[in-house]
Amino acid sequence: MELGSCVKENSFNDHYSVYAREALDELPHNFTITDPSIPGHPIIFASLGFLNMTGYTRKEVVGNSGAMFQGPGTCRRAVMEIREAIREERKTQVVLLNYRKDGTPFWMLFHMSPVFTEHYGGVVHFVAVQVPLQKKMDYCEDGSRLQQDYVFGYCRKEVCLDSVLGLGRLCPMDQHDDVRDLESEEPCEASDDEKRSAVTAMDNIFSVLTHYSESTGRLVCRKRCSMPDVGLLSTSLIISLGRIKQSFVLTNPHLFDMPIVYASDAFLKLTGYASNEVLGCNCRFLGGKNTDTSTLYLIRESIKTEQPCTVRILNYRKDKSSFWNILHISPVRDASGKVAYFVGVQIEEDHKNGDRPGLSPERRQLSVVGVVKVAVRSLSMTAGSSKS
Amino acid sequence: MLKIKRVPTVVSNYQKDENGEDPNRSFGGCGRNCLKNCCIQEAKLPLYAFKRLTKVGGKEELLLHACKDTPVPFLDSLLLGEWEDRVQRGLFRYDVTACETKVIPGEYGFIAQLNEGRHLKKRPTEFRVDKVLQPFEENKFNFTKVGQEEVLFQFEASEDGEVQFFPNAPIDIDNSPNFVAINVSPIEYGHVLLIPRIFECLPQRMDCESLLLALHMAAEAGNQYFRLGYNSLGAFATINHLHFQAYYLAMPFPIEKAPTKKLATFNGGVKTSKLLNYPVRGLVFEGGDTLEDLSSIVSDACICLQNNNIPYNILIAACGRQVFLLPQCYAEKQALGEVNGELLDTQVNPAVWEISGHMVLKRKKDYDEASEANAWRLLAEVSLSEERFEEVNALIFEAITSGEIDINTQCLDQVDAITSSTHSDHAKMADSQECVVLQ
Repeated sequence: MELGSCVKENSFNDHYSVYAREALDELPHNFTITDPSIPGHPIIFASLGFLNMTGYTRKEVVGNSGAMFQGPGTCRRAVMEIREAIREERKTQVVLLNYRKDGTPFWMLFHMSPVFTEHYGGVVHFVAVQVPLQKKMDYCEDGSRLQQDYVFGYCRKEVCLDSVLGLGRLCPMDQHDDVRDLESEEPCEASDDEKRSAVTAMDNIFSVLTHYSESTGRLVCRKRCSMPDVGLLSTSLIISLGRIKQSFVLTNPHLFDMPIVYASDAFLKLTGYASNEVLGCNCRFLGGKNTDTSTLYLIRESIKTEQPCTVRILNYRKDKSSFWNILHISPVRDASGKVAYFVGVQIEEDHKNGDRPGLSPERRQLSVVGVVKVAVRSLSMTAGSSKS
Repeated sequence: MLKIKRVPTVVSNYQKDENGEDPNRSFGGCGRNCLKNCCIQEAKLPLYAFKRLTKVGGKEELLLHACKDTPVPFLDSLLLGEWEDRVQRGLFRYDVTACETKVIPGEYGFIAQLNEGRHLKKRPTEFRVDKVLQPFEENKFNFTKVGQEEVLFQFEASEDGEVQFFPNAPIDIDNSPNFVAINVSPIEYGHVLLIPRIFECLPQRMDCESLLLALHMAAEAGNQYFRLGYNSLGAFATINHLHFQAYYLAMPFPIEKAPTKKLATFNGGVKTSKLLNYPVRGLVFEGGDTLEDLSSIVSDACICLQNNNIPYNILIAACGRQVFLLPQCYAEKQALGEVNGELLDTQVNPAVWEISGHMVLKRKKDYDEASEANAWRLLAEVSLSEERFEEVNALIFEAITSGEIDINTQCLDQVDAITSSTHSDHAKMADSQECVVLQ
């Protein structure tokens, strides 16, 4: 946990410095910043306004996923649109029903934008501005809409009240067959004012972020300012892979020397290395003086023939201690049907019983392969999407 | 009698040409690890026992149990691990991940896959398409004929209300186990068949309990990209043995993105809407306090359709919280020669996955030329006409509401009114717990 919170602070400080926090706190806007490269795509910063709006403390929010504010009335399609925007690394604006800490729902305009790094063209963070839309309508517990008096001429507030008090009444939906009924889950449009205010907030936040990123030398920008590096994993793939708790790495056979392009947290924990010490390296650094060369030959053969294999290999941690690694390697194809990566899943021998009673270590290895195959295949399909 | 000729999909390595010899017959007590008495006594299969959730509507459970993007839940890991094991044992007819796939540019993001191997090596067979309910036929291929190695695990409700897993459980035939087996001609990674009470040899016919089982499976997988589907006879089911299909595709399906218009809320809070701006007309059922609420309403609708001989498809999405119901008439049109030749040439059978927006194409040419307009044109042929759809809706609403207790007749009238008129009526009752709320 301690380690986790440290990672989240570093994610912010390394890019913008600690001073950026103060500057952001001076902004009146409601917003969060999330880091897709950390498993779970957690919030790494929440503004004071956001905390006021939701009733949570900073400690309760930072480290959690934005999904914590969603509830039964949250429109599935709106959430889907946000996911798609993250997948496609683009900005989006949707009206969304969220829930405060006390369980009360509120409508807001959700305006999200990726933060790009100037260095390698990738996404480092997402900023999500939230403009509450509470003035126009009141909502029942289940997220259904109640019309304001001035809109439809009569008031059903007492019904809503009953519902909130838990008397179990359903909230009647209005009978007007108006245009907005077409989107009953997304009933209110944000006004132009509210849209403008979201954009202004985003402008202000980005001016702070870009300003402070100059001081750390890790420049960020609002638009993708350079072509992404060859072999860079997409944000959505990183988010998907981040969910897998087992130790594994992804290597790219199309790059020189077949370097590691993704290493899971469990892998880093197993081997004692930091992420930046292994990314870009060939896996051979895990071997040492007693590593059997015939095993290495088997691995090379399986890669050459694009066939899966399982070997038992002596590996070495950063601290030079050795362990027997039950290594499973499998090719992983992308949407084009070609092998895009190899996944290597490690299990430390005699250390097989993990936190999942019942599923054998070998099966768990194979399920990692399955999850990785699904993620790589599906998430490489978007290239042809016309949305941008 | 209406019939169409099509190449049946090979879902099992033990499925032979319908017209040819069934090799399973020639094996006696057989040493081949089949599901027959000769081998099943000794057999062991993993058993996953799920928790019967009584209440799933709460905010906490919706997020933490079902749809939150949590680290791969157990059932997900089990299914993917077993499936990958079968990949590496070479049980599939082809490597589906080697089939090219793409998102078709456009507003909806239809998904196309080029799958040239799925339909080879089989002769076209005649299928009767004018009868949604047909009796089970022992002498045709059914899932009791698959080999044990094609079965991934048993899927049961837990005895004591907690999730349980037994890596090597005996098969208790008397207790009507549900099996999850691979489809050896997968459409996507993780393509499996859920066969409720396999040894009861039920025909492809929807019932509340089986639908609930499918919803549970979606909920337990806890992955919104794992969806289950169902095709009725006459809507491109090829095997008349009760089964659902399921696979992983980490993309939203176009049908899931389509806007909807709410029609009514039924008992237990199940919201019913109709699809808008989608080529196939259909209903969406979602929410409800419990999975039972949802399964009871949707199965009432399905039973109504099958009793009225209307073919339909079902998609179970959003971790079992959302069900799309699509009555269709493509096979009927095809049998009557009303489908245009160009569409028929593509040999795309519009079953649940195609209708949901995942088009599996057999010809390179169709894949290269895939466009939103083409996909739309095909699916538009699948859909009932607006007029017919409203008629069918009226039937469905009548079936659902007559199944509900304590609904007064006024409410029923309102239901009829909404389905038959464009200006919607409004029903509001004092005891809203049991009320059909319309808008």
